[in-house]
Amino acid sequence: MNAQIFHDTAADLAPRKGGTLGKVGIYTVLIIWAFICLFPIYWTATTSFKIAPNVMQGAMIPWVDYQPDWKGWRAIGLSPDTIGTDSTVRDEFLKRFGNSAIVAFSASVLAVALGSLAAYGLSRFSYKWAWMRNNDISFFFLSQLILPPVVLALPFLVLYREVDLLDSRIGLILLYALSVLPIVIWIMKDQFAAIPTELEEAALVDGLSIWGAFLTIILPIALPGMVAAFILSLVLTWNEYFFAALLTSTHATTLPVMVASQTGSQGISWWSMAAISFAAILPLIVIGIVLERYIIKGMAAGAVK
Amino acid sequence: MSVMSSGDLLHVVTNDNISDGRKRLGRLLVWGSAGLLLLVALLQTLQVLGWRDFGFANWRPTLYAYVGWAIALCWAQVLIRGEAGKRVLFVLPAALFVISLTVFPLLFGLLIAFSDWNLSSPDGRQFNGLDNVRQMWADPFFWNAMLNMVWYTLAIIVEYAIAFGLALMLNAQIRARKFFRVAFLLPLMLSPVAVSWMIGKSMLEVRFGPIARLARWLGWENPSFFSSPELAKLAIMLMDAWTFIPFMMIMILAGLQAIPKELTEAARVDGATGWKAFWEITFPLMLPVSITAILIRIIFKLKLADIVINVTSGGPGGATDTVTSFIFREYRDRSNVGYGTLLAMVYLVAIIIFMTLLMKFADRYARPRQ
Repeated sequence: MNAQIFHDTAADLAPRKGGTLGKVGIYTVLIIWAFICLFPIYWTATTSFKIAPNVMQGAMIPWVDYQPDWKGWRAIGLSPDTIGTDSTVRDEFLKRFGNSAIVAFSASVLAVALGSLAAYGLSRFSYKWAWMRNNDISFFFLSQLILPPVVLALPFLVLYREVDLLDSRIGLILLYALSVLPIVIWIMKDQFAAIPTELEEAALVDGLSIWGAFLTIILPIALPGMVAAFILSLVLTWNEYFFAALLTSTHATTLPVMVASQTGSQGISWWSMAAISFAAILPLIVIGIVLERYIIKGMAAGAVK
Repeated sequence: MSVMSSGDLLHVVTNDNISDGRKRLGRLLVWGSAGLLLLVALLQTLQVLGWRDFGFANWRPTLYAYVGWAIALCWAQVLIRGEAGKRVLFVLPAALFVISLTVFPLLFGLLIAFSDWNLSSPDGRQFNGLDNVRQMWADPFFWNAMLNMVWYTLAIIVEYAIAFGLALMLNAQIRARKFFRVAFLLPLMLSPVAVSWMIGKSMLEVRFGPIARLARWLGWENPSFFSSPELAKLAIMLMDAWTFIPFMMIMILAGLQAIPKELTEAARVDGATGWKAFWEITFPLMLPVSITAILIRIIFKLKLADIVINVTSGGPGGATDTVTSFIFREYRDRSNVGYGTLLAMVYLVAIIIFMTLLMKFADRYARPRQ
């Protein structure tokens, strides 16, 4: 299960002869699509360095079309000349950023912990609860995936109000963990199923308890899968908007809510919007580039059996 | 999505000698904490009904008692059942977590769905029978949103074709494969809200957005992407596709790489080339993966809301509304949770029926070729 999903070895990468015309076609399409994928990110990054006239002219290339300016970043207090001074917008931004980070991280940890345990149990032991057997229990967990957030949102709004969890990070963490749990269980079931049971049998013979065998032997082997599930959860929860928009107002609002709340007010200041958006997506771009392997591993789980 | 456990089950025979005292302690824990939960809940109910003020500010005490009961239940499994209980302990926390956070709110939601409940008015919840159902029946905007979901879902066919094409190209012998893979993956990482702003608000801006300028350069006099219903819907579809094509692409790519090389080689020896090889070998082999990818994509598509809420707010005239964004506005504008919840419940039932049929159909369609 540590097998590579994509083959990047020298032999795989060595281009084969033949079909030059086809090759040109393939590269053209690939480059066009890469452009489609990357241009909006480039546009956001460059717009954050524009001033009003540049935006109106639709300037494209910094230093050629226009002179980059820190205006957008100054507006959120993150430009070099404002970084040392007090800025309420920056405090606000950092607070939201912190909320997003705490909520996404905690929810992912919770989901991976609960999900891995459940996936391990379901892949190793046979359960029977009322009429439900292993497959039914698995299906129960996975079927949560089709539950649209809107069905839970309004009941939770009322329930959270009653237990004073509205506008709290704990409330969001619980819901986010719930929303990614089926995905985690799906990925982890795949991972555990690939680990031979002889490993635990040997450990049990050696006198380890079942939890001891799980924690010391199985967990380290399944770690790459857990990291994949964790990263995927992190991305999904970091980007979540719907629940955050409904269930938070001042204390626990996350970055997506802040980004969304900027759009309507008094004529859009494009530069600062671009700066906020770019700052919000930057962590994910970094994760996407650095941890691409894990994200793909997570998504490919279940696709290939 | 077949949910079969593929690995062998672990068979452990254990002899537990659990003393009666330990069993009794376990039962005492479960029933004791359950009793405490009931007591706290009862006291709180009495206070709400106005019998007597016990000084509860909110329902937190009941929540804590519930959490206490859940922990006691897990612990008692080990006390009462020993080794078997330890095995239950793997699944029980997750099961309790999901049940408390979905089943309970769903039941509660059913109650709200048949009420008139304006959160900002002091009247509280008023049971109003089937009024909400009647209102839904006569609400053209809701049915319009449901119809929109059909269009949005149908767009997946095109997304799938593009994703398959890209996956095939990434699977070919090309250079810089890693660069392309990362570049293609990035849209999926971005938050839909940021995408709404980056593309929906900024790049599609009529006067100076780059796409609008491109359209003008191509000879479209007055490019406005969100004024006509069809174009607005198309724009939303394109933005959503932009974010989610990588998802299907990665799944299909993983499937393509799992096809044994010998198969395609053998096909080439037999004279099947290009188009023919694709339709007769690759595509049928990819059918199970494709179906999984499409099913998951449909599930995600049915949740579509963030982009619509942030770019068009459902406009023009509800042309881009999804069910979720419609309910979101319904709540935002009137803070009536009753009607919104009923719509959500109806939507859930529709989704369950639709997905069940689809999975049955997919199962039958995919099985014989596997």
